[in-house]
Amino acid sequence: MIVIDDLEKEFGGPSGPNPVLRGISLTIEKGEVFGIIGRSGAGKSTLVRCINLLERPTRGRITVAGRELSGLSGAALRAARHDIGMVFQHFNLLSSRTVQGNVSLPLELVDMPRGLRLRRVDEMLELVGLTDKRDAYPAQLSGGQKQRVGIARALASRPSVLLCDEATSALDPETTKSILALLAEINHTLNLTIVLITHEMQVVREIADRVAVLDQGRVVEQGAVFDVFTQPSHPITRSLVREVLNLELPERVSSRLRHSPQTSPGLVMRITFTGPSANEPIVSEMVRRFGVSFNILHGHIDYIQNAPYGTLTVEAGGSEAGLQAALDFLRVKSLKVEILGRVAAPDRAVA
Amino acid sequence: MSQRLIELLLEALWETVAMVGVSAVLAALIGVPLGILLLVTQPGNILARPTFNRIVGAVVNAARSTPFIILMVAIIPLTRALVGTSIGTAAATVPLVVAAAPFIARLVEASLREVDSGLVEAAQAMGASPLQIVVKVLVPEALPGIAAGLTITVVSLIGYSAMAGAVGGGGLGDLGIRYGYQRFQGEVMVAVVAVLIVLVQVVQSVGDYAAHRLNKRERT
Ligand SMILES: Nc1ncnc2c1ncn2[C@@H]1O[C@H](COP(=O)(O)OP(=O)(O)O)[C@@H](O)[C@H]1O
Ligand SMILES: [Mg+2]
Repeated sequence: MIVIDDLEKEFGGPSGPNPVLRGISLTIEKGEVFGIIGRSGAGKSTLVRCINLLERPTRGRITVAGRELSGLSGAALRAARHDIGMVFQHFNLLSSRTVQGNVSLPLELVDMPRGLRLRRVDEMLELVGLTDKRDAYPAQLSGGQKQRVGIARALASRPSVLLCDEATSALDPETTKSILALLAEINHTLNLTIVLITHEMQVVREIADRVAVLDQGRVVEQGAVFDVFTQPSHPITRSLVREVLNLELPERVSSRLRHSPQTSPGLVMRITFTGPSANEPIVSEMVRRFGVSFNILHGHIDYIQNAPYGTLTVEAGGSEAGLQAALDFLRVKSLKVEILGRVAAPDRAVA
Repeated sequence: MSQRLIELLLEALWETVAMVGVSAVLAALIGVPLGILLLVTQPGNILARPTFNRIVGAVVNAARSTPFIILMVAIIPLTRALVGTSIGTAAATVPLVVAAAPFIARLVEASLREVDSGLVEAAQAMGASPLQIVVKVLVPEALPGIAAGLTITVVSLIGYSAMAGAVGGGGLGDLGIRYGYQRFQGEVMVAVVAVLIVLVQVVQSVGDYAAHRLNKRERT
Protein backbone atom coordinates (compact mmCIF):
# COMPACT_ATOMS: atom_id res chain seq x y z
CA MET A 1 0.00 0.00 0.00
CA ILE A 2 2.79 2.34 0.97
CA VAL A 3 6.29 1.75 -0.26
CA ILE A 4 9.06 3.95 1.00
CA ASP A 5 12.23 3.38 -0.91
CA ASP A 6 15.59 4.62 0.32
CA LEU A 7 14.11 7.88 1.58
CA GLU A 8 16.46 10.63 2.65
CA LYS A 9 15.56 14.06 3.93
CA GLU A 10 17.93 16.88 4.75
CA PHE A 11 17.06 20.26 6.16
CA GLY A 12 19.28 23.19 5.30
CA GLY A 13 20.87 24.50 8.47
CA PRO A 14 23.37 27.22 9.33
CA SER A 15 26.15 24.63 9.40
CA GLY A 16 25.26 22.92 6.12
CA PRO A 17 22.60 20.30 5.39
CA ASN A 18 21.23 18.49 8.42
CA PRO A 19 20.28 14.90 7.56
CA VAL A 20 17.09 13.94 9.40
CA LEU A 21 16.10 10.78 7.50
CA ARG A 22 18.95 8.59 6.31
CA GLY A 23 17.93 5.87 3.90
CA ILE A 24 14.56 4.64 5.08
CA SER A 25 12.90 1.75 3.32
CA LEU A 26 9.57 0.43 4.54
CA THR A 27 6.68 -1.47 3.04
CA ILE A 28 3.30 -1.04 4.65
CA GLU A 29 0.64 -3.54 3.63
CA LYS A 30 -2.96 -2.77 2.80
CA GLY A 31 -5.24 -2.89 5.80
CA GLU A 32 -2.57 -3.04 8.46
CA VAL A 33 -1.92 -0.73 11.36
CA PHE A 34 1.74 0.14 11.13
CA GLY A 35 3.39 1.80 14.08
CA ILE A 36 6.45 4.02 13.81
CA ILE A 37 8.00 4.64 17.17
CA GLY A 38 11.03 6.56 18.32
CA ARG A 39 12.30 9.13 20.75
CA SER A 40 11.55 12.78 20.25
CA GLY A 41 13.66 14.15 17.39
CA ALA A 42 14.14 10.74 15.76
CA GLY A 43 12.52 12.02 12.57
CA LYS A 44 9.07 10.43 12.92
CA SER A 45 7.07 13.52 11.98
CA THR A 46 9.38 14.25 9.08
CA LEU A 47 8.92 10.69 7.86
CA VAL A 48 5.13 10.77 8.01
CA ARG A 49 5.06 14.22 6.40
CA CYS A 50 7.13 12.83 3.55
CA ILE A 51 4.42 10.23 2.90
CA ASN A 52 1.96 12.92 1.77
CA LEU A 53 4.74 15.20 0.58
CA LEU A 54 4.14 17.94 3.13
CA GLU A 55 7.92 17.59 3.23
CA ARG A 56 9.61 16.96 -0.07
CA PRO A 57 12.12 14.09 0.16
CA THR A 58 15.72 14.99 -0.65
CA ARG A 59 16.19 11.56 -2.23
CA GLY A 60 14.21 8.38 -2.53
CA ARG A 61 10.73 7.39 -3.59
CA ILE A 62 7.30 7.26 -1.97
CA THR A 63 4.58 5.16 -3.53
CA VAL A 64 1.05 5.17 -2.13
CA ALA A 65 -1.58 2.82 -3.58
CA GLY A 66 0.60 2.18 -6.61
CA ARG A 67 1.04 5.87 -7.40
CA GLU A 68 4.46 7.37 -7.05
CA LEU A 69 4.02 10.63 -5.17
CA SER A 70 7.58 11.85 -5.03
CA GLY A 71 7.40 13.00 -8.66
CA LEU A 72 4.08 14.84 -8.34
CA SER A 73 3.37 18.52 -7.84
CA GLY A 74 0.54 21.00 -8.27
CA ALA A 75 -2.91 19.65 -9.06
CA ALA A 76 -1.74 16.03 -9.43
CA LEU A 77 -0.22 16.10 -5.95
CA ARG A 78 -3.35 17.69 -4.50
CA ALA A 79 -5.49 15.01 -6.08
CA ALA A 80 -3.25 12.31 -4.61
CA ARG A 81 -3.55 13.88 -1.18
CA HIS A 82 -7.32 13.44 -1.23
CA ASP A 83 -6.57 9.74 -0.94
CA ILE A 84 -4.45 10.19 2.20
CA GLY A 85 -6.08 11.32 5.43
CA MET A 86 -4.06 12.89 8.20
CA VAL A 87 -4.70 13.30 11.91
CA PHE A 88 -2.62 15.67 14.04
CA GLN A 89 -1.49 15.84 17.64
CA HIS A 90 -3.10 19.25 18.15
CA PHE A 91 -6.18 18.43 16.04
CA ASN A 92 -5.80 21.48 13.76
CA LEU A 93 -9.52 22.16 13.53
CA LEU A 94 -10.82 25.45 12.14
CA SER A 95 -12.13 27.47 15.08
CA SER A 96 -14.43 29.41 12.77
CA ARG A 97 -16.34 26.33 11.64
CA THR A 98 -18.70 24.02 13.45
CA VAL A 99 -17.98 20.32 13.74
CA GLN A 100 -20.07 19.81 10.62
CA GLY A 101 -18.18 22.56 8.79
CA ASN A 102 -14.82 21.08 9.71
CA VAL A 103 -15.71 17.61 8.51
CA SER A 104 -17.20 19.08 5.36
CA LEU A 105 -14.04 21.01 4.42
CA PRO A 106 -12.17 18.26 2.50
CA LEU A 107 -15.36 17.62 0.51
CA GLU A 108 -15.79 21.30 -0.35
CA LEU A 109 -12.27 21.27 -1.72
CA VAL A 110 -13.35 18.82 -4.43
CA ASP A 111 -16.67 20.63 -5.00
CA MET A 112 -18.84 17.75 -3.85
CA PRO A 113 -22.51 18.76 -4.28
CA ARG A 114 -24.07 20.04 -1.06
CA GLY A 115 -26.63 17.27 -0.54
CA LEU A 116 -24.09 14.52 -1.00
CA ARG A 117 -21.65 16.38 1.19
CA LEU A 118 -24.00 16.79 4.11
CA ARG A 119 -24.94 13.14 3.94
CA ARG A 120 -21.27 12.14 3.97
CA VAL A 121 -20.59 14.43 6.93
CA ASP A 122 -23.45 12.87 8.89
CA GLU A 123 -22.14 9.43 8.06
CA MET A 124 -18.67 10.38 9.35
CA LEU A 125 -20.03 11.93 12.54
CA GLU A 126 -22.02 8.77 13.13
CA LEU A 127 -18.85 6.74 12.66
CA VAL A 128 -16.94 8.67 15.30
CA GLY A 129 -19.94 9.02 17.61
CA LEU A 130 -20.34 12.79 17.48
CA THR A 131 -23.70 13.20 15.80
CA ASP A 132 -25.02 15.26 18.71
CA LYS A 133 -22.13 17.72 18.44
CA ARG A 134 -22.72 18.56 14.79
CA ASP A 135 -23.38 22.25 15.42
CA ALA A 136 -20.83 22.79 18.19
CA TYR A 137 -17.67 24.80 17.64
CA PRO A 138 -14.29 23.19 18.43
CA ALA A 139 -13.87 25.50 21.44
CA GLN A 140 -16.87 23.77 23.00
CA LEU A 141 -15.39 20.27 22.71
CA SER A 142 -13.07 18.19 24.88
CA GLY A 143 -9.70 16.99 23.55
CA GLY A 144 -11.04 13.54 22.78
CA GLN A 145 -14.03 14.98 20.94
CA LYS A 146 -11.77 17.28 18.95
CA GLN A 147 -9.67 14.33 17.87
CA ARG A 148 -12.82 12.48 16.85
CA VAL A 149 -13.67 15.44 14.63
CA GLY A 150 -10.11 15.30 13.30
CA ILE A 151 -10.57 11.63 12.44
CA ALA A 152 -13.99 12.22 10.86
CA ARG A 153 -12.50 15.00 8.74
CA ALA A 154 -9.57 12.84 7.69
CA LEU A 155 -11.90 10.03 6.65
CA ALA A 156 -14.52 12.17 4.90
CA SER A 157 -12.85 11.92 1.50
CA ARG A 158 -12.72 8.11 1.92
CA PRO A 159 -8.95 7.85 1.78
CA SER A 160 -7.17 4.53 1.50
CA VAL A 161 -4.50 5.56 4.01
CA LEU A 162 -4.73 7.35 7.34
CA LEU A 163 -1.61 9.00 8.75
CA CYS A 164 -1.65 9.74 12.47
CA ASP A 165 1.13 11.90 13.88
CA GLU A 166 1.04 11.56 17.67
CA ALA A 167 -2.75 11.51 17.45
CA THR A 168 -3.11 10.64 21.13
CA SER A 169 -0.13 12.44 22.62
CA ALA A 170 -2.17 15.43 23.77
CA LEU A 171 -4.81 13.25 25.42
CA ASP A 172 -5.12 11.69 28.85
CA PRO A 173 -4.77 7.90 29.17
CA GLU A 174 -8.52 7.22 29.27
CA THR A 175 -9.20 9.30 26.18
CA THR A 176 -6.16 7.80 24.46
CA LYS A 177 -7.69 4.35 24.93
CA SER A 178 -11.00 5.40 23.43
CA ILE A 179 -9.35 7.07 20.43
CA LEU A 180 -7.17 4.01 19.84
CA ALA A 181 -10.24 1.80 20.07
CA LEU A 182 -11.91 4.01 17.46
CA LEU A 183 -8.89 3.75 15.15
CA ALA A 184 -8.82 -0.03 15.56
CA GLU A 185 -12.52 -0.21 14.76
CA ILE A 186 -12.09 1.95 11.65
CA ASN A 187 -9.17 -0.20 10.60
CA HIS A 188 -11.39 -3.28 10.78
CA THR A 189 -14.61 -1.96 9.35
CA LEU A 190 -13.12 0.09 6.51
CA ASN A 191 -10.03 -2.07 5.96
CA LEU A 192 -8.12 1.19 6.12
CA THR A 193 -4.34 1.24 6.21
CA ILE A 194 -3.20 3.23 9.23
CA VAL A 195 0.27 4.63 9.86
CA LEU A 196 0.64 5.54 13.49
CA ILE A 197 3.47 7.74 14.67
CA THR A 198 4.11 7.80 18.38
CA HIS A 199 6.74 7.97 21.07
CA GLU A 200 4.68 5.72 23.34
CA MET A 201 5.12 1.96 23.13
CA GLN A 202 1.73 1.70 24.87
CA VAL A 203 0.03 3.05 21.75
CA VAL A 204 1.84 0.68 19.42
CA ARG A 205 1.07 -2.27 21.64
CA GLU A 206 -2.58 -1.38 21.80
CA ILE A 207 -3.42 -1.42 18.10
CA ALA A 208 -0.45 -1.87 15.76
CA ASP A 209 0.17 -5.05 13.79
CA ARG A 210 3.73 -4.21 12.88
CA VAL A 211 6.14 -1.61 14.12
CA ALA A 212 9.31 0.09 12.95
CA VAL A 213 11.64 1.67 15.47
CA LEU A 214 13.21 4.91 14.30
CA ASP A 215 16.40 6.30 15.77
CA GLN A 216 18.40 9.23 14.40
CA GLY A 217 16.70 8.96 11.03
CA ARG A 218 17.21 5.23 10.60
CA VAL A 219 14.94 2.23 11.02
CA VAL A 220 16.85 0.25 13.64
CA GLU A 221 14.33 -2.52 14.10
CA GLN A 222 11.03 -3.62 12.60
CA GLY A 223 8.68 -6.55 12.72
CA ALA A 224 5.46 -7.87 14.19
CA VAL A 225 4.59 -5.96 17.35
CA PHE A 226 4.57 -9.14 19.43
CA ASP A 227 8.07 -10.12 18.30
CA VAL A 228 9.56 -6.68 18.72
CA PHE A 229 7.97 -6.49 22.13
CA THR A 230 9.06 -9.83 23.42
CA GLN A 231 12.47 -9.91 21.76
CA PRO A 232 13.67 -6.36 21.34
CA SER A 233 17.16 -6.36 19.87
CA HIS A 234 18.11 -2.68 19.63
CA PRO A 235 18.90 -0.75 22.84
CA ILE A 236 16.36 1.95 21.92
CA THR A 237 13.66 -0.65 21.47
CA ARG A 238 14.59 -2.26 24.78
CA SER A 239 14.34 0.99 26.63
CA LEU A 240 11.00 1.81 24.98
CA VAL A 241 9.67 -1.64 25.83
CA ARG A 242 10.98 -1.46 29.35
CA GLU A 243 9.12 1.78 29.94
CA VAL A 244 5.87 0.00 29.30
CA LEU A 245 6.59 -3.30 30.95
CA ASN A 246 8.37 -1.69 33.85
CA LEU A 247 10.99 -4.41 34.03
CA GLU A 248 13.51 -2.47 36.01
CA LEU A 249 14.62 -4.28 39.12
CA PRO A 250 13.97 -2.60 42.41
CA GLU A 251 17.04 -0.63 43.46
CA ARG A 252 17.45 -2.82 46.57
CA VAL A 253 17.96 -5.92 44.41
CA SER A 254 20.18 -4.33 41.81
CA SER A 255 22.55 -2.98 44.44
CA ARG A 256 22.78 -6.41 46.04
CA LEU A 257 23.52 -7.84 42.59
CA ARG A 258 26.34 -5.40 42.10
CA HIS A 259 27.92 -6.10 45.46
CA SER A 260 27.72 -9.90 45.60
CA PRO A 261 30.52 -12.20 44.37
CA GLN A 262 29.73 -14.35 41.34
CA THR A 263 30.00 -17.50 43.47
CA SER A 264 27.12 -16.52 45.74
CA PRO A 265 24.38 -19.11 46.19
CA GLY A 266 21.30 -17.02 45.29
CA LEU A 267 20.42 -16.85 41.62
CA VAL A 268 18.48 -13.85 40.29
CA MET A 269 16.79 -14.51 37.00
CA ARG A 270 14.10 -13.08 34.80
CA ILE A 271 11.70 -15.55 33.23
CA THR A 272 9.65 -14.43 30.26
CA PHE A 273 6.39 -16.19 29.64
CA THR A 274 4.71 -15.94 26.30
CA GLY A 275 1.72 -17.66 24.81
CA PRO A 276 0.17 -20.67 26.54
CA SER A 277 2.92 -21.16 29.14
CA ALA A 278 1.89 -17.84 30.66
CA ASN A 279 -1.11 -19.64 32.06
CA GLU A 280 0.76 -22.67 33.49
CA PRO A 281 1.73 -23.07 37.16
CA ILE A 282 5.47 -23.22 36.34
CA VAL A 283 6.84 -21.83 39.58
CA SER A 284 4.98 -24.11 41.96
CA GLU A 285 5.97 -27.09 39.86
CA MET A 286 9.67 -26.19 40.15
CA VAL A 287 9.36 -25.78 43.89
CA ARG A 288 7.77 -29.19 44.16
CA ARG A 289 10.08 -31.06 41.81
CA PHE A 290 13.50 -29.55 42.50
CA GLY A 291 13.30 -28.31 46.06
CA VAL A 292 14.20 -24.82 44.94
CA SER A 293 12.87 -21.81 46.83
CA PHE A 294 11.76 -18.68 45.05
CA ASN A 295 11.51 -15.15 46.20
CA ILE A 296 9.50 -13.15 43.73
CA LEU A 297 11.09 -9.74 43.22
CA HIS A 298 8.99 -8.42 40.42
CA GLY A 299 6.22 -9.68 38.23
CA HIS A 300 4.13 -8.43 35.37
CA ILE A 301 1.62 -9.87 32.96
CA ASP A 302 0.57 -7.96 29.94
CA TYR A 303 -1.52 -8.55 26.88
CA ILE A 304 -0.12 -7.69 23.48
CA GLN A 305 -2.69 -8.05 20.73
CA ASN A 306 -4.59 -10.37 23.10
CA ALA A 307 -1.64 -12.73 23.61
CA PRO A 308 -0.48 -12.95 27.21
CA TYR A 309 3.07 -11.88 27.84
CA GLY A 310 4.60 -11.92 31.29
CA THR A 311 7.88 -11.50 33.04
CA LEU A 312 8.81 -12.71 36.48
CA THR A 313 12.00 -11.72 38.23
CA VAL A 314 12.87 -14.15 40.99
CA GLU A 315 15.65 -14.88 43.39
CA ALA A 316 16.12 -18.66 43.50
CA GLY A 317 17.84 -20.53 46.32
CA GLY A 318 18.68 -24.21 46.77
CA SER A 319 21.31 -26.76 45.86
CA GLU A 320 23.37 -26.16 42.71
CA ALA A 321 21.91 -29.35 41.27
CA GLY A 322 18.39 -28.24 42.07
CA LEU A 323 18.94 -24.83 40.48
CA GLN A 324 20.44 -26.44 37.39
CA ALA A 325 17.50 -28.79 37.10
CA ALA A 326 15.11 -25.86 37.44
CA LEU A 327 16.88 -23.97 34.65
CA ASP A 328 16.77 -27.02 32.39
CA PHE A 329 13.09 -27.42 33.16
CA LEU A 330 12.42 -23.80 32.13
CA ARG A 331 14.35 -24.26 28.91
CA VAL A 332 12.43 -27.42 28.09
CA LYS A 333 9.27 -25.41 28.51
CA SER A 334 10.83 -22.97 25.97
CA LEU A 335 10.66 -20.08 28.33
CA LYS A 336 13.18 -17.32 27.98
CA VAL A 337 15.44 -17.18 31.03
CA GLU A 338 17.94 -14.43 31.65
CA ILE A 339 20.40 -14.86 34.49
CA LEU A 340 20.76 -11.42 35.99
CA GLY A 341 23.37 -12.37 38.58
CA ARG A 342 24.06 -13.91 41.91
CA VAL A 343 23.32 -12.56 45.34
CA ALA A 344 24.93 -13.33 48.65
CA ALA A 345 22.04 -14.93 50.44
CA PRO A 346 18.48 -15.38 49.39
CA ASP A 347 16.07 -13.10 51.12
CA ARG A 348 13.36 -14.72 53.16
CA ALA A 349 12.01 -17.28 50.76
CA VAL A 350 8.44 -17.64 49.65
CA ALA A 351 6.68 -20.63 48.16
CA MET B 1 -28.85 75.64 19.38
CA SER B 2 -30.27 77.38 16.40
CA GLN B 3 -32.14 75.61 13.64
CA ARG B 4 -29.44 76.78 11.24
CA LEU B 5 -26.67 75.17 13.26
CA ILE B 6 -28.52 71.86 13.40
CA GLU B 7 -28.99 71.91 9.64
CA LEU B 8 -25.31 72.66 9.16
CA LEU B 9 -24.32 69.85 11.48
CA LEU B 10 -26.59 67.32 9.82
CA GLU B 11 -25.33 68.24 6.39
CA ALA B 12 -21.71 68.03 7.52
CA LEU B 13 -22.34 64.72 9.28
CA TRP B 14 -23.82 63.29 6.13
CA GLU B 15 -20.82 64.46 4.10
CA THR B 16 -18.43 62.89 6.59
CA VAL B 17 -20.33 59.62 6.70
CA ALA B 18 -20.44 59.48 2.90
CA MET B 19 -16.76 60.39 2.56
CA VAL B 20 -15.63 57.88 5.20
CA GLY B 21 -18.04 55.17 4.08
CA VAL B 22 -17.06 55.34 0.43
CA SER B 23 -13.34 55.53 1.17
CA ALA B 24 -13.51 52.71 3.73
CA VAL B 25 -15.24 50.41 1.26
CA LEU B 26 -12.82 51.25 -1.54
CA ALA B 27 -9.81 51.02 0.77
CA ALA B 28 -10.98 47.62 2.02
CA LEU B 29 -11.48 46.39 -1.54
CA ILE B 30 -7.86 47.26 -2.25
CA GLY B 31 -6.33 46.70 1.19
CA VAL B 32 -7.72 43.27 2.05
CA PRO B 33 -6.43 41.53 -1.10
CA LEU B 34 -3.18 43.46 -0.75
CA GLY B 35 -2.79 42.23 2.83
CA ILE B 36 -3.46 38.66 1.74
CA LEU B 37 -0.87 39.03 -1.01
CA LEU B 38 1.65 40.44 1.44
CA LEU B 39 1.27 37.36 3.61
CA VAL B 40 1.06 34.50 1.13
CA THR B 41 3.96 35.72 -1.02
CA GLN B 42 6.32 35.81 1.94
CA PRO B 43 9.29 33.46 1.76
CA GLY B 44 8.19 30.03 2.99
CA ASN B 45 4.49 30.80 2.69
CA ILE B 46 1.99 29.11 0.39
CA LEU B 47 2.72 31.28 -2.66
CA ALA B 48 6.24 32.41 -1.86
CA ARG B 49 7.37 35.20 -4.24
CA PRO B 50 10.15 36.93 -2.28
CA THR B 51 10.96 39.65 -4.82
CA PHE B 52 7.34 40.57 -5.43
CA ASN B 53 6.79 40.58 -1.68
CA ARG B 54 9.67 42.94 -1.06
CA ILE B 55 8.56 45.41 -3.74
CA VAL B 56 4.91 45.50 -2.62
CA GLY B 57 6.02 45.74 0.99
CA ALA B 58 8.22 48.74 0.19
CA VAL B 59 5.40 50.55 -1.66
CA VAL B 60 3.00 49.93 1.21
CA ASN B 61 5.53 51.19 3.73
CA ALA B 62 6.21 54.30 1.66
CA ALA B 63 2.51 55.14 1.52
CA ARG B 64 2.15 54.52 5.22
CA SER B 65 5.08 56.65 6.26
CA THR B 66 3.95 59.71 4.28
CA PRO B 67 2.03 62.16 6.52
CA PHE B 68 -1.58 62.40 5.37
CA ILE B 69 -1.49 66.13 4.77
CA ILE B 70 1.52 65.73 2.43
CA LEU B 71 0.02 62.69 0.73
CA MET B 72 -3.14 64.66 0.06
CA VAL B 73 -1.25 67.42 -1.71
CA ALA B 74 1.18 65.09 -3.47
CA ILE B 75 -1.53 63.08 -5.19
CA ILE B 76 -3.59 66.03 -6.41
CA PRO B 77 -2.77 65.15 -10.04
CA LEU B 78 -4.07 61.61 -9.46
CA THR B 79 -7.19 62.98 -7.79
CA ARG B 80 -7.83 65.33 -10.74
CA ALA B 81 -7.37 62.47 -13.18
CA LEU B 82 -9.83 60.26 -11.29
CA VAL B 83 -12.63 62.65 -10.24
CA GLY B 84 -11.95 65.69 -12.46
CA THR B 85 -11.39 68.06 -9.54
CA SER B 86 -9.23 68.24 -6.44
CA ILE B 87 -11.83 70.00 -4.32
CA GLY B 88 -14.97 68.64 -2.65
CA THR B 89 -16.17 65.51 -0.93
CA ALA B 90 -15.65 63.20 -3.89
CA ALA B 91 -12.12 64.49 -4.41
CA ALA B 92 -11.33 63.92 -0.74
CA THR B 93 -12.04 60.20 -1.00
CA VAL B 94 -9.02 59.65 -3.27
CA PRO B 95 -6.33 60.57 -0.73
CA LEU B 96 -8.38 58.86 1.99
CA VAL B 97 -8.37 55.60 0.02
CA VAL B 98 -4.69 55.93 -0.80
CA ALA B 99 -3.88 56.44 2.87
CA ALA B 100 -6.19 53.77 4.28
CA ALA B 101 -5.59 50.90 1.85
CA PRO B 102 -1.96 50.22 2.89
CA PHE B 103 -2.99 50.60 6.52
CA ILE B 104 -5.67 47.95 6.06
CA ALA B 105 -3.20 45.76 4.15
CA ARG B 106 -0.79 45.67 7.08
CA LEU B 107 -3.56 45.03 9.62
CA VAL B 108 -4.96 42.20 7.49
CA GLU B 109 -1.51 40.74 7.02
CA ALA B 110 -0.96 40.78 10.78
CA SER B 111 -4.34 39.08 11.42
CA LEU B 112 -3.61 36.38 8.87
CA ARG B 113 -0.20 35.77 10.39
CA GLU B 114 -1.93 34.91 13.67
CA VAL B 115 -3.66 31.91 12.09
CA ASP B 116 -2.12 28.69 13.39
CA SER B 117 0.18 27.25 10.74
CA GLY B 118 -1.16 23.80 11.69
CA LEU B 119 -4.47 24.73 10.05
CA VAL B 120 -2.75 25.59 6.78
CA GLU B 121 -0.86 22.34 7.00
CA ALA B 122 -4.06 20.38 7.62
CA ALA B 123 -5.64 22.01 4.57
CA GLN B 124 -2.57 21.22 2.48
CA ALA B 125 -2.72 17.62 3.63
CA MET B 126 -6.33 17.50 2.40
CA GLY B 127 -5.19 18.68 -1.00
CA ALA B 128 -6.28 22.32 -0.79
CA SER B 129 -4.93 24.72 -3.43
CA PRO B 130 -3.37 28.01 -2.30
CA LEU B 131 -6.55 29.89 -3.29
CA GLN B 132 -8.69 27.44 -1.32
CA ILE B 133 -6.40 27.84 1.68
CA VAL B 134 -6.89 31.62 1.54
CA VAL B 135 -10.65 31.50 1.04
CA LYS B 136 -11.54 28.55 3.28
CA VAL B 137 -8.93 28.73 6.01
CA LEU B 138 -6.92 31.93 6.34
CA VAL B 139 -9.61 34.57 5.85
CA PRO B 140 -12.39 32.88 7.88
CA GLU B 141 -9.99 32.16 10.74
CA ALA B 142 -8.63 35.71 10.70
CA LEU B 143 -12.04 37.36 10.32
CA PRO B 144 -12.38 38.59 13.92
CA GLY B 145 -8.96 40.26 13.60
CA ILE B 146 -9.78 41.67 10.19
CA ALA B 147 -13.04 43.13 11.54
CA ALA B 148 -11.12 44.77 14.39
CA GLY B 149 -8.61 46.15 11.87
CA LEU B 150 -11.36 47.60 9.70
CA THR B 151 -12.88 49.27 12.74
CA ILE B 152 -9.58 50.93 13.59
CA THR B 153 -9.30 52.04 9.98
CA VAL B 154 -12.77 53.61 9.92
CA VAL B 155 -12.03 55.48 13.15
CA SER B 156 -8.76 56.76 11.67
CA LEU B 157 -10.58 57.71 8.47
CA ILE B 158 -13.00 59.87 10.45
CA GLY B 159 -10.00 61.77 11.78
CA TYR B 160 -8.35 62.05 8.37
CA SER B 161 -11.63 63.11 6.76
CA ALA B 162 -11.73 66.12 9.11
CA MET B 163 -8.31 67.06 7.77
CA ALA B 164 -9.43 66.51 4.18
CA GLY B 165 -12.50 68.59 4.95
CA ALA B 166 -10.31 71.47 6.04
CA VAL B 167 -8.93 71.78 2.53
CA GLY B 168 -12.29 71.99 0.88
CA GLY B 169 -13.69 68.51 1.21
CA GLY B 170 -16.70 69.45 3.29
CA GLY B 171 -17.87 67.43 6.25
CA LEU B 172 -17.56 67.93 9.98
CA GLY B 173 -13.93 68.98 9.93
CA ASP B 174 -14.63 71.65 7.36
CA LEU B 175 -17.58 72.92 9.39
CA GLY B 176 -15.56 73.05 12.59
CA ILE B 177 -12.72 74.97 11.00
CA ARG B 178 -14.89 77.42 9.04
CA TYR B 179 -17.26 78.37 11.85
CA GLY B 180 -15.42 77.49 14.99
CA TYR B 181 -11.95 78.68 14.05
CA GLN B 182 -12.27 81.26 11.31
CA ARG B 183 -15.49 82.88 12.61
CA PHE B 184 -14.83 82.41 16.30
CA GLN B 185 -18.09 80.54 16.89
CA GLY B 186 -16.88 78.33 19.71
CA GLU B 187 -20.25 76.57 20.11
CA VAL B 188 -20.00 75.20 16.54
CA MET B 189 -16.58 73.78 17.31
CA VAL B 190 -17.91 72.15 20.47
CA ALA B 191 -20.91 70.72 18.63
CA VAL B 192 -18.69 69.33 15.88
CA VAL B 193 -16.41 67.64 18.40
CA ALA B 194 -19.41 66.21 20.24
CA VAL B 195 -20.83 64.75 17.02
CA LEU B 196 -17.42 63.28 16.14
CA ILE B 197 -17.15 61.65 19.56
CA VAL B 198 -20.56 60.03 19.18
CA LEU B 199 -19.75 58.90 15.64
CA VAL B 200 -16.48 57.25 16.67
CA GLN B 201 -18.20 55.63 19.63
CA VAL B 202 -20.89 54.15 17.40
CA VAL B 203 -18.34 52.84 14.88
CA GLN B 204 -16.21 51.30 17.62
CA SER B 205 -19.19 49.60 19.28
CA VAL B 206 -20.45 48.15 16.01
CA GLY B 207 -16.92 46.95 15.18
CA ASP B 208 -16.42 45.37 18.60
CA TYR B 209 -19.75 43.61 18.36
CA ALA B 210 -18.93 42.25 14.90
CA ALA B 211 -15.48 41.03 16.00
CA HIS B 212 -17.02 39.38 19.03
CA ARG B 213 -19.71 37.63 17.01
CA LEU B 214 -17.18 36.38 14.50
CA ASN B 215 -14.88 34.98 17.16
CA LYS B 216 -15.73 31.35 17.86
CA ARG B 217 -12.55 30.67 19.76
CA GLU B 218 -14.05 30.99 23.21
CA ARG B 219 -16.58 28.60 24.70
CA THR B 220 -20.18 29.59 23.86
N1 LIG C 1 11.28 22.27 8.92
C1 LIG C 1 12.42 21.89 9.55
N2 LIG C 1 13.57 22.59 9.37
C2 LIG C 1 14.71 22.20 9.97
N3 LIG C 1 14.83 21.14 10.78
C3 LIG C 1 13.73 20.40 11.00
C4 LIG C 1 12.47 20.73 10.40
N4 LIG C 1 11.55 19.82 10.79
C5 LIG C 1 12.20 18.97 11.61
N5 LIG C 1 13.51 19.31 11.73
C6 LIG C 1 14.51 18.58 12.51
O1 LIG C 1 14.42 17.22 12.20
C7 LIG C 1 14.61 16.41 13.34
C8 LIG C 1 13.48 15.43 13.48
O2 LIG C 1 12.30 16.14 13.71
P1 LIG C 1 10.89 15.41 13.76
O3 LIG C 1 10.67 14.68 12.49
O4 LIG C 1 9.88 16.42 14.14
O5 LIG C 1 11.10 14.37 14.95
P2 LIG C 1 10.03 13.58 15.82
O6 LIG C 1 8.70 13.76 15.21
O7 LIG C 1 10.52 12.17 15.79
O8 LIG C 1 10.12 14.15 17.19
C9 LIG C 1 14.73 17.36 14.52
O9 LIG C 1 16.09 17.45 14.86
C10 LIG C 1 14.21 18.66 14.00
O10 LIG C 1 14.88 19.73 14.59
MG1 LIG D 1 6.93 14.61 16.01
